[in-house]
Amino acid sequence: MTDQPLLELDKLSTHFVTARGTRVVKAVDEVSLTLRAGETLGVVGESGSGKTTLALSIMRLLPTAARIVGGGLRFAGEDLLAKSPSEMRHIRGKRIAMILQDPMASLNPLFTVGDQVAEPVRVHEHTGRRGARERARSLLKAVKIPAPEQRLREYPHQMSGGMRQRIVGAIAMSCEPRVLIADEPTTSLDVTIQAQYLKLLRDLQKEHGLALIFITHNLGIVARMCDSVAVMYAGRVIEAGPVRTIFNAPVHPYTQALIESIPRLGDGPSRLTAIDGQPPDLASLPPGCSFQPRCPRAFDRCREEAPGAITITPGHEARCWLAAK
Amino acid sequence: MSVSTAAPSPAPAVGLPWISRLAAIRTEGFPTIPIVILLVLVFTAAFAEFIAPHNPEVGSLSQRFKPPAWVAGGSAQHWLGTDHIGRDVLSRLIFGARVSMIVGFTAVIFAGVLGTALGILSGYFGGWVDQVIMRITDTWLALPALTFAIFLAAIVGPSEWNIVIILGAVYWTRYARVIRGEVLSIKERDFVRLAIVAGCSKTKIMRQHVLPNVLNSAIVLATLMLGVVIVTEAALSFLGVGVPPPKPAWGLMLADGKKGLMAGYWWLTVFPGVCIVLMVLSANLLGDWLRVKLDPQLRQL
Amino acid sequence: MKRFVLRRLGYAALTLVLLSLTIFLLVRVTGDPTVLLVEPGASRADIDALRHDLGLDRSYFVQYVSFAKDIVKGDFGRSFYYRTPVLELYLSRLPNSLLLAAAAMAFSLLIGIPSGIIAAVRVNSWWDSAGKIFSLLGLSMPSFWVGLLLILFFSVYLGWLPSSGSGSAWHVLMPAFALGWYFAAAHMRLTRSSMLEVLGSEYVKLARLKGLPEALVISKHAFKNALIPVMTLAGINLVLMVNVAIVVETVFAWPGIGRLIYEGISFRDFPVVQATVLMNGAMVIVVSLVVDILYAVVDPRIRYER
Repeated sequence: MTDQPLLELDKLSTHFVTARGTRVVKAVDEVSLTLRAGETLGVVGESGSGKTTLALSIMRLLPTAARIVGGGLRFAGEDLLAKSPSEMRHIRGKRIAMILQDPMASLNPLFTVGDQVAEPVRVHEHTGRRGARERARSLLKAVKIPAPEQRLREYPHQMSGGMRQRIVGAIAMSCEPRVLIADEPTTSLDVTIQAQYLKLLRDLQKEHGLALIFITHNLGIVARMCDSVAVMYAGRVIEAGPVRTIFNAPVHPYTQALIESIPRLGDGPSRLTAIDGQPPDLASLPPGCSFQPRCPRAFDRCREEAPGAITITPGHEARCWLAAK
Repeated sequence: MSVSTAAPSPAPAVGLPWISRLAAIRTEGFPTIPIVILLVLVFTAAFAEFIAPHNPEVGSLSQRFKPPAWVAGGSAQHWLGTDHIGRDVLSRLIFGARVSMIVGFTAVIFAGVLGTALGILSGYFGGWVDQVIMRITDTWLALPALTFAIFLAAIVGPSEWNIVIILGAVYWTRYARVIRGEVLSIKERDFVRLAIVAGCSKTKIMRQHVLPNVLNSAIVLATLMLGVVIVTEAALSFLGVGVPPPKPAWGLMLADGKKGLMAGYWWLTVFPGVCIVLMVLSANLLGDWLRVKLDPQLRQL
Repeated sequence: MKRFVLRRLGYAALTLVLLSLTIFLLVRVTGDPTVLLVEPGASRADIDALRHDLGLDRSYFVQYVSFAKDIVKGDFGRSFYYRTPVLELYLSRLPNSLLLAAAAMAFSLLIGIPSGIIAAVRVNSWWDSAGKIFSLLGLSMPSFWVGLLLILFFSVYLGWLPSSGSGSAWHVLMPAFALGWYFAAAHMRLTRSSMLEVLGSEYVKLARLKGLPEALVISKHAFKNALIPVMTLAGINLVLMVNVAIVVETVFAWPGIGRLIYEGISFRDFPVVQATVLMNGAMVIVVSLVVDILYAVVDPRIRYER
């Protein structure tokens, strides 16, 4: 493992423009991230904070209304933004893979599991049918699915949710990617299955030296799985750093509120704190810092100027004027 | 792909007064042309006596098969030509609008009322009422509409009013099915449950809570059915079991027109057809637009 | 799968029985059936004889049983006009109608599905707009009018195609086009919207995320899924075609069962009308059954339903 970052985002911005050009939604606003091989980065935020758009921006698979409007995106030293569609296609699924949230919806109901798992292998590595089938079988085994040979012939609707998500994981790992982006992979699973699945991901990571981006709104998972975390709000990364640091000494009030809102055993009933207000409309953000209308510690400067990324300690940054004091 | 805007979506307005919902419709995409066409047709139908230049049912044999005014042999007397008995085509078209409108609207309303009522009863009561009504509906639906209509017309004999009843009897099932489905899901909604808990009588619940909510679907269905009914009526008249002669129905005009077809008397075929197309097109466009505006859930209709 | 087929079969059989019952009742209930079932110009004695034959003085139930028995035996009465058993007449005309329906359905699918797919894949483009106009027109123009216009154009003006009868491939062209036109538009519309929905689904998204070539994403993942509702509609439309064929066959004097109904009502030949209606209904039920089963073959989720 070299020390060169595997994935680098440098002030990446993705905007959605309505058909008539009237509304511009800054779904991803100047996001900078670094990811090294073997590392797990957690991306945390509420729904609508831009996490999924960020993931799709990395994969350069945005809907027609969205466009990457600025910034840099580098993977293994290569500039992804300069790639042609056909080159990007060879990267997707093969070198960078992604898992979506709902496994039932992610799998095509009309094709067998075997077919869908073998597909990336057949397309990217031009393996023949039989070879791909063998690969599919060993992939299912690797994700700990019992009786893999039989499963190959079955259809998605015949399996449980946990198994389906493992299959989606098998698909993602099929061509041994360097980076895996997991977009809320456990959100639709039962709690008992979640732990098993997370363990599976960790094992896969260790075995293959994967860099993992774990998108979630569940801080508990972040605490268990991730090495570093980036907190997103209204399309921006408002705080980022090593997991320990962020959990022990969060700087941004939003991060603090998120961590406070995790219920813990032993807390009295009064301890349940919530964050007032609603996330902003991304098409008409408030002036200055986008969090200030809800921030309990906002002051004048927050309302006037949007803060840039301020370094608190090396590796720990926050977009908050409180950090500048 | 949804835009990742964080604005919370408004809760679906349940039980909103129909009128204020109608007022909220006045936005872009308003189907002006279809509505204008329909209004023109309604106007023409209503004031046919004043607009039509000639008597539609009487013709003079010396004037038969005259072409439209702009073709050699035509005259300004008969703008759109005459038919095989010398009747003025334009006048027949104008009076035909009345026939189509009356038959079309009445049949649609009749089918709608019957179908909605049965749909509500079927959906709300469930049990054997539902089973019976649904079995009848399925059987009815097994018989294609036109075939069934022809059968009924053969039995009871054609007349303008019989046609309306027949069309209503054939098409109510379309409503019943859809409305029943809606009622089934409305039944489970909280405001109905509240009404039951509050002790409202079944009729009251059906009238005050269920009916307003299915009205949207019923109206959309009605506009969509209008086109179908008109085409069916035209087909029935064309076959000779619809509106009986000498009343001017567009379908009848097409049947008459066929007689002159091989001789090249194109105006007898083209103009009535164009009228039918205009009416059906407008009804369909209006129905599509209403469907989108009143209830996006009805996409699958 | 077997249980599924059996259930559907049972259901179809039930509907068949109900259908015959409905037709039977309608004739009896709306007036004196002898008026319909006796030849025009029959004498008093004939009418009385018929009344006795039909057993109109007996209860409905008994009458229905004998009615049903006759049907099962294949006895639908004799045509007044042709003086042959109606069933014979019907069966001799049926192949022509099937041919026409097959041609029309093939036409509607061959035109409708590809244009729908193109409209969806190139959504909001020129193709899409052209498609929308086509579907609007297609859905609003009555088939028999299309037929009349075709005759006007291709037979009267151009003299290329025969305007009536059957017998050669040339004869089929215009009727098939007229019959299939409306359905081509309907199929196009549904294919387009179904395709659009599928293209926005999660599994298509995942297929793209897997790095599959776009052509594969569309032809494999999107196509089959998008086709399901279209197939259902095509099945339903096959049934509707029976309807529309009545007028189209009349326009083109195509010797099928549609034309048979027309002759029946023109010549006041009620046995023909009654039998044709009954048979058409039965055909509809059978076709629906077949379509349901085909549906289960294509979509594996249906097979495993209780």
